[in-house]
Amino acid sequence: MALVNVKINNIPVQVEEGTTILEAARIAGIKIPTLCYLKDVNAIGACRVCVCEIKGARSLVAACVYPVNEGMEVFTNTKKVRDSRKATVELLLSNHNKDCLSCVRNNNCELQKLSLDLGCDSHKYEGVKSHSHIDGSTPYLIRDNSKCVLCRRCVAVCKEYQSVAVIGANGRGFDTHIACAFEKPLMQTSCVGCGQCIVACPVGALTEVDQTEEILKAIADPKKRVIAAPAPSVRVGLGEEFGFPIGTNVEGKMVAALRRMGFDDVFDVNLGADLTIMEEGAEFLNRLKNGGTLPMITSCSPAWIKFCEHNFPDLLDHLSTCKSPQQMFGAICKTYYAHKLNMDPADIVVVSVMPCTAKKFERGRAGQSAAGVPDIDYAITVRELARLIKRVGIIFEDLPDEEFDSPLGIYTGAGLIFGATGGVMEAALRNVYELATGKEAPSLDFKEVRGTAGIKEATYDVGGTQVKVCVVSGLANARKIMDLVRAGKADYHFIEVMSCPGGCVNGGGQPIRSAYERNNIDIKAKRAKALYDKDSQMKLRKSLDNPALKQIYKEFLGEPNSDIAHHVLHTHYVPRARH
Amino acid sequence: MAEIKLTTVTFKGTAQQEAELRKVLAEIKASEHPSVMTALQRAQGIYGYLPIEVQTIIADEMGVSLEEVFGVATFYSQFTLNPKGQYAFGVCLGTACYVKGSGDIVAKLQECLDLKDGETSADGKYSIASTRCVGCCGLAPVMTVNDEVYGRLTVKDVPGIVAKYRAMQ
Repeated sequence: MALVNVKINNIPVQVEEGTTILEAARIAGIKIPTLCYLKDVNAIGACRVCVCEIKGARSLVAACVYPVNEGMEVFTNTKKVRDSRKATVELLLSNHNKDCLSCVRNNNCELQKLSLDLGCDSHKYEGVKSHSHIDGSTPYLIRDNSKCVLCRRCVAVCKEYQSVAVIGANGRGFDTHIACAFEKPLMQTSCVGCGQCIVACPVGALTEVDQTEEILKAIADPKKRVIAAPAPSVRVGLGEEFGFPIGTNVEGKMVAALRRMGFDDVFDVNLGADLTIMEEGAEFLNRLKNGGTLPMITSCSPAWIKFCEHNFPDLLDHLSTCKSPQQMFGAICKTYYAHKLNMDPADIVVVSVMPCTAKKFERGRAGQSAAGVPDIDYAITVRELARLIKRVGIIFEDLPDEEFDSPLGIYTGAGLIFGATGGVMEAALRNVYELATGKEAPSLDFKEVRGTAGIKEATYDVGGTQVKVCVVSGLANARKIMDLVRAGKADYHFIEVMSCPGGCVNGGGQPIRSAYERNNIDIKAKRAKALYDKDSQMKLRKSLDNPALKQIYKEFLGEPNSDIAHHVLHTHYVPRARH
Repeated sequence: MAEIKLTTVTFKGTAQQEAELRKVLAEIKASEHPSVMTALQRAQGIYGYLPIEVQTIIADEMGVSLEEVFGVATFYSQFTLNPKGQYAFGVCLGTACYVKGSGDIVAKLQECLDLKDGETSADGKYSIASTRCVGCCGLAPVMTVNDEVYGRLTVKDVPGIVAKYRAMQ
């Protein structure tokens, strides 16, 4: 592509033709403020915060969408530009619910930061406020339009990343608001609960349903045995809420914090992940040998399950019947562990910490109550855990590293890497290879399925059978693959699907990073690296080597896919309407 | 803000209307620039309004989400989500009529029919729509019911006119 010479604030830069002013300025080391812009998914020039002056042009232009051309001279910081940006943000603030002191996004709000950076007067314009509406219809998400700035980042990720597209801008002008078709509550749509809209939201208009107070109440109840269990990817996200660099593994401090908070047992959903591999690996080999429905598709990601139920109800037989690691973990707590403790499962409260909002929906699904009570009582996000840690006065950064409790806190590297796209597949392959051939795979690193690409394919020789696998993250990618499956054009044996691009490390329940960070740092790759680094150092890297699981199978489950395993660890799916 | 008015009238689309809609959508899809807006325009021509049943067909046929269709349908004031009533009351809010008190006429009409401007009664019988100039300013303030025109109205005339239509089948 042709290169063009431009000057940004008199700094000469050479960039590819078609580069936007925003990108060219970044190359020149200049930051232009943005609000609605989100790299790759939302470049619409709607908010007018990124306006710049071009020499010779009559009006200001939106840097996020305006391409540079040869000889262009751009000024990003003139008085005209600053005044325009300031007035724009002041007008946004005039129609904003400025309830900052009790907003969960206080201190992590892009509107707040812009207001400060641009020197805005938050009460410059007072006037009529647009109609505000709160949608609290789902168990996982709250939309409060009084805080919405209509940037449409949520709309873009819902459509572009996930191809779910249940939210959009309804009405016009001052009446414009983000909502669903025919103003339906979110719960009545085909929303999958992935939470990507929440982490894309610059303000507090989209938040998870917060259950922090319920958890503290459960901990304070002397009759309850309260178990905490974080998911694999939580340990590589949580630190960010306390100022650690992106990609820091804070497992030890996280365990110490949970213990100090008063949880009776600090266990690990990684064990649930290992258990999933035991069950799913056996299920896969069974389908492969006995002519079962192939390709078999993973079932760990609850937003993916709901997506499949809405959009591919004819293909539900392809889904593994395995519960997700969260649900398997909870089920084992309420059956095996309750029996060990000689306790009524109703007196055990299992709190999972998840990188996910869809887990709040999953825990309430039918077929997720092995002991007659819900397998999981509360599924909280990484952000909620951080809020809890702050609320009870724990100085997280000063905590010592501590170890999980036994027996349900023991895990292998295979369980740990579930947190990144490709991790479930790699973990499964480590097990399946050994189960099929009787010997360990020549290398436990299945590197072809690693990395943040949205669709990955590989073929492995498993005891003479060529097993073709596909790893997908992001539901828009999943839709592409499922269309192939439906058309009979997907010759895979095994498909892993994670709803969020990059997998759970980039889940809708992870710490929220600003658009500026998202646009310039590969956050999911950094978080995933921390998981693979730890896996490579572990002694036990295959689920079938997990000593706690060996014990559980010996004492309770018998074999993988046994009748009792089916009762406790497997589930079913239901067709749902497309709209 | 003006909330989006959703209809409570039961959908009574016929198989013939659906066949026509699907034919029209096939034409649009085969055209050089298939657009949801064109689809909505043609659909409104067939059904007179754009209920969820019709927008769902458009979404499925055009390969876009229902929310995308709804977003377009609620952006343009030309599109309506509500069917006109069997007796469609229109009150002119053009300059001349407005000066002559048509604002009070529409208020009284809303009271008499227990409907808001832009709404249709659940039984599909009555609807109210404020309109722009209907071109007979000499008769201001003007109200229309289907093709009937009522001019030089006062608020006192409204209950009688409503009663007349209530008495009809």
